[in-house]
Amino acid sequence: MTKLLAIEPQSLTPARLPEPFVKWFAKRGWAPRAHQIELLARAQGGESMLLIAPTGAGKTLAGFLPSLVELTERPKRKPGEPQHGIHTLYISPLKALATDIERNLSKPVDEMGLAVTIETRTGDTPSHKRARQKLRPPDILLTTPEQLALMIAQPDAARFFADLRFVVFDELHALVTNKRGHLLSLGLARLRKYAPGLQTVGLSATVSDPAELQRWLVPQAPLGSESGLITVDGGAKPTIEILESKERVPWAGHTARYAMAEVYQAIRDHKTTLLFVNTRSQAEMLFQELWRANDDNLPIALHHGSLDVGQRRRVEAAMQRNELRAIVATSTLDLGIDWGDVDLVVCVGAPKGASRLAQRIGRSNHRMDEPSKAILVPANRFEVMECRAAVEANYLGAQDTPPLIAGGLDVLCQHILGCACAAPFDPDELLAELRTAAPYAELSEQDFARAVDFVATGGYSLRVYERYAKIKRTADGLWRITHPRIAQQYRLNVGTIIDSAMLNVRYAKAGMSGRAGAMLGQVEEFFAETLSPGDTFLFAGKVLRFEGLRESDCIVSNAQNSDAQVPYFGGSKFPLSTYLAAVVRRMLADPKRWSELPDQVSDWLRIQKRKSALPKPGELLVETFPRANRFYMVAYPFEGRLAHQTLGMLLTRRLQRANLKPLGFVATDYALAIWAARDLGEAFSWDDTALDELFSEDMLGEDLEDWLADSYLLKRTFRQCAVIAGLIDRRHPGKEKSGRQVTVSADLVFDVLRTHEPDHILMQATRTDAATGLLDIRRLNEMLNRIRGKTVHKPLRAVSPLALPIMLEIGRERVNYDTEDESLAQDADDLIAEALGTG
Amino acid sequence: MKTETTEGIEGRGQAATSEALLHQTRVVCDHRGVLFLPDYRTLVVSDLHLEKGSSFARRGMFLPPYDTAATLKRLCALVEEYAPRTVISLGDSFHDTDGPARLIEPFRSQLADLASGREWFWITGNHDPHPPGGLPGETFTELRIAGLIFRHEPQENAEPGEVAGHLHPCAKIVARGRGLRRRCFASDGARMILPAFGSLTGSLNVLDRAYAKLFAWERFTAHMMGGTRMFAVPRTLLYPG
Repeated sequence: MTKLLAIEPQSLTPARLPEPFVKWFAKRGWAPRAHQIELLARAQGGESMLLIAPTGAGKTLAGFLPSLVELTERPKRKPGEPQHGIHTLYISPLKALATDIERNLSKPVDEMGLAVTIETRTGDTPSHKRARQKLRPPDILLTTPEQLALMIAQPDAARFFADLRFVVFDELHALVTNKRGHLLSLGLARLRKYAPGLQTVGLSATVSDPAELQRWLVPQAPLGSESGLITVDGGAKPTIEILESKERVPWAGHTARYAMAEVYQAIRDHKTTLLFVNTRSQAEMLFQELWRANDDNLPIALHHGSLDVGQRRRVEAAMQRNELRAIVATSTLDLGIDWGDVDLVVCVGAPKGASRLAQRIGRSNHRMDEPSKAILVPANRFEVMECRAAVEANYLGAQDTPPLIAGGLDVLCQHILGCACAAPFDPDELLAELRTAAPYAELSEQDFARAVDFVATGGYSLRVYERYAKIKRTADGLWRITHPRIAQQYRLNVGTIIDSAMLNVRYAKAGMSGRAGAMLGQVEEFFAETLSPGDTFLFAGKVLRFEGLRESDCIVSNAQNSDAQVPYFGGSKFPLSTYLAAVVRRMLADPKRWSELPDQVSDWLRIQKRKSALPKPGELLVETFPRANRFYMVAYPFEGRLAHQTLGMLLTRRLQRANLKPLGFVATDYALAIWAARDLGEAFSWDDTALDELFSEDMLGEDLEDWLADSYLLKRTFRQCAVIAGLIDRRHPGKEKSGRQVTVSADLVFDVLRTHEPDHILMQATRTDAATGLLDIRRLNEMLNRIRGKTVHKPLRAVSPLALPIMLEIGRERVNYDTEDESLAQDADDLIAEALGTG
Repeated sequence: MKTETTEGIEGRGQAATSEALLHQTRVVCDHRGVLFLPDYRTLVVSDLHLEKGSSFARRGMFLPPYDTAATLKRLCALVEEYAPRTVISLGDSFHDTDGPARLIEPFRSQLADLASGREWFWITGNHDPHPPGGLPGETFTELRIAGLIFRHEPQENAEPGEVAGHLHPCAKIVARGRGLRRRCFASDGARMILPAFGSLTGSLNVLDRAYAKLFAWERFTAHMMGGTRMFAVPRTLLYPG
């Protein structure tokens, strides 16, 4: 049964549910669910609402009920009266979801005989339909954040949205976490200006801090205002097992190949199984392995974001018709649509976060009162502990979605230009409007002024571009665009999704060299660049042989042998959550809890305890040992791969300064290994404080600045900021820029700014992004604080059991910290020796 | 026609400059992007693209307005170091035809100082087909020194000894899964294409089809510019992209 929380019946005026609705429910033998009625009643009372509910709780209908009822009650338009504008705007993170909702919502609307028009508007909507939508708007428009940004930048936006009553945000938890959410929040602020009375409805999965979303949904005036909240309990607790494999669980790796027979058996034992992995390459690998085991020829499909759209749609359609026995997928959002009866979810590889696990499990079993069933398959021994931590968290209902971050300045710049494209703006009024958006509630006057300055002339202290200004302040005090061309250019650059340059994967056409054949999907350019002709890799469930690059095509053929060199994306896209990391650290420190772990894992920890040590909670264990003419140090911070990578970069710089000759490092979610030509163990033993000094927080000061100067990751971050802010065009009218060309000029701009104007607004935006994004500096900072004075050095003669997994990673991925030039020298010399010496 | 490079095995990939024989003339490729002819005390620089920032700004793309300053600063240092008798700017010295007019002080004086006491030649390019008004120096479409001919755009089937720019060559090597891309002097001993010198200029890989008919590829060398030295890399080690 549905259980309602946070309900105060006495405060509720009863919901008005018109006749057609009551009849429709009755005819089906249904009663509206309690949360649907509560949401309707409170919306009718004028509140904006956040509904947190599991899949299958009738969330969508609940979200639209206030709109549908109000539309039914609205007096009919008399001849001669103006057209009604849009009544309800529905915004989802996915085009596919908008299309799906149109179908699912049209059904009850038709059955009730309601005179409500519903249409979608996405990037795929043809221009004649958009034009018609402008002339005769539908009552309910289903769209995406990017389309909203385009619509509010139109000169007639104020009129178009004047009648707007409701904005429904689907999958709000996924929409708000990034820059896309920032832009959307500003779009919402703008909609409120056009239609001051509008109410919002947010639909979300469970998150750690619902109040953040409640604030997001309503104007932050006064600061801290929150929408109403309805939480629907998940019903029965899910049954989650960790696969107790009879096979040996490997030390390292992310494939879980060892468990394939058991996973396949689980698929056979269930009706429909959904298999989640963390990266696309893992998805490819798992799919391949399952088909290798698939003696019964079960219909097993693959679904991830780089596949060709047509192929994805076919899989989705087959899913809805219940024709598939298993689907391998990367994220729940890739699958934001409705499908058949999934009765088992299998997570291959650790889920990396408690909330992520909950959302994945939520994808099974649409009947809320029956327990969902899930199996976790750890890919290595650390992941066994992580899975155990995740199961415990799930049992406790713990959530670890990361806190929302403040709105990006680059997004702000884009939005300000959009506002100017719609109509001239008064800066004070606009600032007040922007501050109603939760991510920008604390936007300073100074940052706003700099953003306006950036939009106008690039924001340089050398003011030489005044005469080319994009927006100008006129005598009436309003800022306006200087030429209609500016608005045209803006429309081509809208949005915050900057794809890394992608190449089309195409078959070489047989017998016609130089012609490309059927398209299989897309790969990131940087991956394709590392391939040499003849290399094989897994893609779209096939083993492909790389033939060469041709413009924006990556030409391939089917590989004859079935072994593939798999694209390696460093294990997992998502770093281990802080919450799970803490649980794993506690588990490691407490031998009493090892009985919860399989024997092979607890034995591993026992041997570690005997041969080296296990870190107590709050301690940082650092082991050192020699091996094959090199000296290694392995640290176990458990802070996720991104933070470890940054730490590795910074530590190697320090070791270099101490003349310990570091040679390279590798980072995993759990540990960091650095190797050097000099004896690190001896250096740390010599001086008790050496290790504490090595890990002192001041590395986040100058060392970080030094390193950032050359960091490829920072340049990549800068490029995204530059495109979002509008410094660099995504594309020019008529000529599409390739990702490569954008990269080059963005890097040049970055270098110039770093030298001449390091405090430029885009540099500021880039640094802020780096703190939480690819570099995860915030988390590193927290870790360094935590372990201050608590580093424990364990000099060893050989590699310890705990170090074994990361030592095995060294062969697969390594980062040489050398400046590029030195490696250019070394690599070029090696290559030349190789090519000339033996040829 | 026979060509050979003077660099020995010990010199390869080690020197701050890389010396080569180009159609029987000694040339020195400097890792900072200029070519020097020691026997003629001539310094050659290509594709300065001065005022590129302001050129883009006119079209609403506000690139940092520091490119002219940065480019001239680097050029001044090199002119001072080599103290050439002759300087050749090999075309596309300005990013567009209005560039010279937009050039402000102190850059005008800086250029005048650079040119004083030596010969200064502007070669016209596709971006700057006219002489730069109000600036010192003489303007030509082509120039010959000894066995070498200097022009902006390389010509297919050109006579040996051509020194050109225009294409902004760079080269890429891949080692241990990691690509390294650098600007380079591209040469097969008969022809040389100079890297772009301007601070905001992009580059085009020498394996692009634009270069296909320009070189005898079996004799091709990319003299890649490192941060402190040159690296001579043969065709077989180069990657596209």
